[in-house]
Amino acid sequence: MKKEKIPFWRDGKVIAIAGQVLVVLMLLIILGVLGNNLIRNYQQLNIKFGFEFLSRPASFDIGNAPISFSSHDSFMKALLVGLLNTGRVTIFGIILATGLGITVGIARLADNWLVRFLATIYVETFRNTPLLLQLFCWYFAFFLQLPPIENPVVIPGPIFLTNRGLDIPWPAGTTQTWLGLAWVVLSVIFAIILWGRRMKVIVEKSESGQLFQGIIIILSLTTIIALVFGLDWRVPQLKEEVIQGGINLSTEFATLLVGLTVYTAAFIAEVVRAGIQSVNKGQWEAGRALGLNYSNLMQLIIFPQALRMMIPPLTSEFLNLTKNSSLAIATGYSDVYAVSQTTLTQTGKDIEMVLLVMTTYLTINMVTSFAMNWLNRSVQIKE
Amino acid sequence: MLNQLNGKTLLLAMILVVTTLSGCGSNESNNTINNSSRLDTVKSRGTLVCGVYGNLPGFSFVDESGEYSGIDADLCRGIAAALFDDPDKIQFRNLSAQERFAAVKSGEVDLLSRNTTWTISRDTSVGLEFAPTIFYDGQGMMVKKASGAKELADLNNKSICVQSGTTTELNLADQMNKRGINYTPVVFENPDALYAAYEQGRCEGATSDRSALIARRASLPQPDDHVVLDVVMSKEPLAPAVANGDSTWSDTIKWITYALIQAEEFGITQENLSSFENSNDPSIKRFLGLEGNLGEDMGLPKDFAARVIKHVGNYGEIYQRNIGEPLGLERGPNKLWTNGGLLYSPPFR
Repeated sequence: MKKEKIPFWRDGKVIAIAGQVLVVLMLLIILGVLGNNLIRNYQQLNIKFGFEFLSRPASFDIGNAPISFSSHDSFMKALLVGLLNTGRVTIFGIILATGLGITVGIARLADNWLVRFLATIYVETFRNTPLLLQLFCWYFAFFLQLPPIENPVVIPGPIFLTNRGLDIPWPAGTTQTWLGLAWVVLSVIFAIILWGRRMKVIVEKSESGQLFQGIIIILSLTTIIALVFGLDWRVPQLKEEVIQGGINLSTEFATLLVGLTVYTAAFIAEVVRAGIQSVNKGQWEAGRALGLNYSNLMQLIIFPQALRMMIPPLTSEFLNLTKNSSLAIATGYSDVYAVSQTTLTQTGKDIEMVLLVMTTYLTINMVTSFAMNWLNRSVQIKE
Repeated sequence: MLNQLNGKTLLLAMILVVTTLSGCGSNESNNTINNSSRLDTVKSRGTLVCGVYGNLPGFSFVDESGEYSGIDADLCRGIAAALFDDPDKIQFRNLSAQERFAAVKSGEVDLLSRNTTWTISRDTSVGLEFAPTIFYDGQGMMVKKASGAKELADLNNKSICVQSGTTTELNLADQMNKRGINYTPVVFENPDALYAAYEQGRCEGATSDRSALIARRASLPQPDDHVVLDVVMSKEPLAPAVANGDSTWSDTIKWITYALIQAEEFGITQENLSSFENSNDPSIKRFLGLEGNLGEDMGLPKDFAARVIKHVGNYGEIYQRNIGEPLGLERGPNKLWTNGGLLYSPPFR
């Protein structure tokens, strides 16, 4: 019998290819029309597309810049200052939000009724109100209500709280600082390795691990001493209505950092709670049956499994925090978005700046994503 | 057949198709550009879309009932009156400092009448075309009276609140650097947040155009606790603007604005307009469209100037109504050239 040929409109291969061709064609037509529109409008308005303007002097000042910046510097440098500002609020925000989030997340599962209740109130309040509103509240109702600079609130440290922001002690950046810092970092790494060893001998050899514990305690003590005395701290002092020494975290930075931390931590708390609850009850029971105490059970059995569940949604929260940092513009913090908006208005280079800002956030978030995906792979079950 | 085509060939073919298609498109649309002006668009639409600020008393301000007042809003009304003989055929769009240029360049608004300073870079590289200045302003500095500051040097090592994306942000940097004064700028996008932060003591000084500071001072909880310093830090000629590359439309805006100034020079007001109908002065007759065809060459009715005066009055009346009386601001450089000011209209001839 002769094999009947399938007509081409019913051939799966042809349909698949035709579908793809159609999609690509539509995409190209859309891009073509948009690009053509852009070129035409630029011609009509007699303006040019290009990024040369980035090397021109910015001629505006940026307050509280992490690197020295004057109005003679280029737009490029202004944007770099903005990027560093975004970077520092994001990095500190992620660290603080993770810490607070884990604490609250565990508190949500606490046996104590009051702790659990307070943690629930916290999560539901901050998760269910807009971030912009929260930022305005922090700014106008909290940070700007602090006393003026002549009459600061001083908390031991010393930390000065004024409506100009927080003045905190800061290392001087001398050779001594770097040596001290190197000692601290090495100690921490060493302590982590020792902690691993300690857990191993406890679990595998049923030893007490007291030797390791002793070394870790000595290490911690020297690290604390290095932190307090070794870093060559400069403390803020009030002189003639100006606070000198230390470092000033402006009201705007503090607002954004606190706002982002408190908001994102509420989401992270839920991620942590979900992660811990997703671990099968049998794992808890099996751990207890092996005679592990609560802390070892958590460290060795529950948390490693919960982490696998937590990392993908945690990544999303970190990315959200990064993007939400662009709300800085509302409370006067010069992040990369605020600086780019100023640049856009001063130069009229709308399309260029929008492209640049999109690329910037995309790059930051891709880097975060890659790092988190790598972490995710490293905690998954190896087969 | 199709199965044998590989991806690359397909892609190439498609690019070819698309480029041809878009090529056709561009030829067609180029032809239409040359013929049509924004003026025709506005006329056929029947309303003028005017970009204003909406939050600055004296210039453009929306009250509780949604009514716009101010010199910028009245200029829009004057243009609508000239085109449609009805000052209410307007849609106002509130624009922030960041949005304004994109809105006018993209054609979202027909006209930007939003206390915008005319500068060379905005005129040449941003893609705007400015009509004549309707308010000569200068940048000022507001401080708390209790601070005792009298001049800019008294603000050394202090914080100054400033709005982002404005010329005042740039002038502040220039002036402070020139005088070697060290300061911390606190930059806000939203002026409401700016003055709230200033009022709460975040900054020792707030800077903006002097007229804006005077208007803002009046709306602070304790106006008498604040003072606008005598210093003038820059030239701020505030002018309406349209998108570049449409001379018909920019001419329209330009000459309607001049008509306001010329009317004051002739002494023609909203009230006495009818008494000029029998005037023997040929220049007044030309101006009011009783003789000749001044407006028709730009696609406006002959009596466009008369329509403007009938509905919104001359420049002096607009100034008095919006700035002179409510804010108590002297006209200063905004007087006619005949009175020693800077307002000067080229002849209507």
